[in-house]
Amino acid sequence: MKKSGTLMIIGSALLLGLFIFPLWNIQLEAPQYPDPLGMNIYISGIEGEEEFDIQNIDGINHYIGMKKIPTPAEMWEFNTFPLVIGGMATLGALLGILGFFKIIGPKWFLGWLILMTVLGVLGMIDFNNWLTDYGTDLDPRAIMKLTDSEGNPLSYKPPLFGSQKILNFTAHSYPRAGAYLMFIGMLLTLVAWLLGRKSKTMELNKN
Amino acid sequence: MKNIIKITVLGILGLFLQSCGNDGSSGSKSGAITSNAAERVYVAPGEHDEYYAFLSGGYSGNLTVYGLPSGRLLKEIPVFSQFPTNGYGYSEETVPMLNTSFGFVPWGDAHHPDISQTEGELDGRWIFINENNTPRIARISLETFETEEIIEIPHSAGNHSSSFITENTEYVVAGTRFSVPYPQEDMAIDQMKGNFKGPLTFIAIDDNGRMNIDFQLKMPGFNYDLSHPGRGDSHGWFFFTTYNTEEAHTMQEVNASQNDKDFIAAVNWKKIQEYVKNGGGEEIDAEYAHNVFDHSTQTATTTMEKKVLTVDPREVEGAVYFMPTPKSPHGCDVDPSGEYIVGNGKLSTDLTVHSFSKMLKAIENEDFDGDAYGIPVLNFDSTLAGTVKEGGLGPLHTEFDGKGNAYTTFFISSEVVKWKLGTWEVLDRQPSYYSVGHLMIPGGNSREPYGKYMISMNKITKDRYLPTGPELEHSAQLYDISGEKMELLLDFPTHGEPHYAAGIPAEKIKSKSKKIYRLDENKHEYAAISESETKMVREGNEVHVYMTTVRSHFSPDNLEGIKVGDKVFFHVTNLEQDFDVPHGFAMIGANTSELLIMPGQTKTITWEPEKEGVWPFYCTDFCSALHQEMQGYVRVSGKNSNVPLKWTLDDEEIN
Repeated sequence: MKKSGTLMIIGSALLLGLFIFPLWNIQLEAPQYPDPLGMNIYISGIEGEEEFDIQNIDGINHYIGMKKIPTPAEMWEFNTFPLVIGGMATLGALLGILGFFKIIGPKWFLGWLILMTVLGVLGMIDFNNWLTDYGTDLDPRAIMKLTDSEGNPLSYKPPLFGSQKILNFTAHSYPRAGAYLMFIGMLLTLVAWLLGRKSKTMELNKN
Repeated sequence: MKNIIKITVLGILGLFLQSCGNDGSSGSKSGAITSNAAERVYVAPGEHDEYYAFLSGGYSGNLTVYGLPSGRLLKEIPVFSQFPTNGYGYSEETVPMLNTSFGFVPWGDAHHPDISQTEGELDGRWIFINENNTPRIARISLETFETEEIIEIPHSAGNHSSSFITENTEYVVAGTRFSVPYPQEDMAIDQMKGNFKGPLTFIAIDDNGRMNIDFQLKMPGFNYDLSHPGRGDSHGWFFFTTYNTEEAHTMQEVNASQNDKDFIAAVNWKKIQEYVKNGGGEEIDAEYAHNVFDHSTQTATTTMEKKVLTVDPREVEGAVYFMPTPKSPHGCDVDPSGEYIVGNGKLSTDLTVHSFSKMLKAIENEDFDGDAYGIPVLNFDSTLAGTVKEGGLGPLHTEFDGKGNAYTTFFISSEVVKWKLGTWEVLDRQPSYYSVGHLMIPGGNSREPYGKYMISMNKITKDRYLPTGPELEHSAQLYDISGEKMELLLDFPTHGEPHYAAGIPAEKIKSKSKKIYRLDENKHEYAAISESETKMVREGNEVHVYMTTVRSHFSPDNLEGIKVGDKVFFHVTNLEQDFDVPHGFAMIGANTSELLIMPGQTKTITWEPEKEGVWPFYCTDFCSALHQEMQGYVRVSGKNSNVPLKWTLDDEEIN
């Protein structure tokens, strides 16, 4: 259980990378922007890749009536996400320590992973909802009102994952270091559970 | 294989046609042009040139920036002349740049650009350029490509042997080509001889580039034509060519060409610097403008200076010598090692090369051939390193490739001649189209030339391009000098009349080039940093409008309360912080230029409305898809009306 407990501690500690590195990144590329405009999405707020990118994205988006990129104070998520991630990292580390000293069994690790996965999926749904709102809730006085072939207002929602052409821009939406660390961390906790279960079975067999 | 045959056949046919057509003149026009020349100057769309070339604009008063090898014009930088394209010399902020002791001078004659150096190598911090007519030196930043400072040179005239820089940018010099009474006074012109002086001014450059006149050397009244600093072992010396040592005051064409030899003046500036530091020299009255553009306030200010330190060269032991040099020498060029000083005797077929080490020996041995106004004249033979015989006719300027070769332009015989330092043998000659003046090799007047390309700047264009009436732009030619023979690759038209140029590898400066001005560093007195700060303020009959631009509107865009007889100051701040998003501002009937405002900048023009009405203003730069909508109105009421000041955007008052 020692190895498994250690992995659990490391795995959950990797979540803390989200406090340093961005979770996600959206880049907007266009003929006039050979250096794409980009925003890094952190769990505590959105920042421009370059200093004035957010201002410039807002400047371009105002033509089609999109809202400004929200500040941390304007979205509850940026206050809640750090608490959730911090809490889950602490809980995971604690479970790891308890597992290390064989006070609890590996199923607790699996429990943590399931909880983390549920929270992660909820987070993604929330993120996607925000993107949809951002891309479709447009100012009725927008300068340019574009419609699709069926006459419906065009959606400017960037993709949740992948690249997509939106008017003259191509939006690229991909995870960044924070997300990768989280995925690796979660994978490690899965390994921790598997290892723990294996060593427990071995111990049972010994007895 | 078929294709190759086809191409060969076509090629041969082409040669045949070329040699037959127009009495062979089309063949001679392109000279010995190499077959793949186009490829070698081609810079593909979106690619960058290898070198920046800064060509002086001569009587345009400005500096033009080209890319090499493509010869593409990248920018015109306004320096000594008003430039309505962006409002330089018209905007309230930049009018002081053109102030002089003679008042506001809207035009200048820009001659010799030179890039700052550290340890004899181009460092790309600034480029300096002289104004010949109303003597001035300007400094241009190579981060913003804007003129930052202009200093007037008092007691001088014909500021031509300028603005050359010592190898650590200690000094930039400003010589005098038209000797004048020193200081100016009313006297009979035919009293010139012995009474006029040709001051040489040494301007110290501090770490921020700021210029200050350290001292002025009161030299005899010859014409100081061109100059270059010593480098390497000769660092600490400066060399100036002279002509009209006859001191003729009229019909100089003939009268200034009588002496077989004029001089190259060798000035040991380190000695004079020391002398001045120890309290030497005499402070005399002077009046000259010192104009500085401050990047934080984005505003230029003029300070009128009242004193200058003058030094009599005879008072400083061993500071100045004359080296006799034949035939009214023009260019004065020092090779990369600092050993050879080339005097381009412009009325001769030969070039005279002096040796720095031989000069030192001659000084030590007091090998003098008399004196001129108390300044020792060195024996001609004792400083002579060699003569380039029969180079051509009318040598003007020489540059170096750093591989032991020199390249000299010959105006009269219209050619560039390559010769070898040390053996003085002529290696190659190429015709120029036509009557070449200056030439430039990037870094060609430093310790480290980049000897790949050379451009010649030609004084006569005639038939090189499609005809455009009697007045033509000048023409430059690009040569590949990396091989044994010079190869002509390209002609390109230039703006104004380039007198000299300076070139530098693009890598040395391109990454430092600014993209925007930061709004949070904008300390302009009348800047509005956000739309909420925009307003109108009346002070008597002056109304200050604090206005902003952003894609795609002005704030405010409706202004009321202006009256006939008011003087309206439009202070326009561009709120953009995105690369290459300028906005323009133009007001109907304003007796001035437009403004072109870069992101983060504030610029001001004035407007004195004389008629009642509602008058539009608009953005002159196609800034965005809604550029055509980027306009506003000013209501002008009668002189005695009571319409209050009111400024709105989208019908809402701005607070």
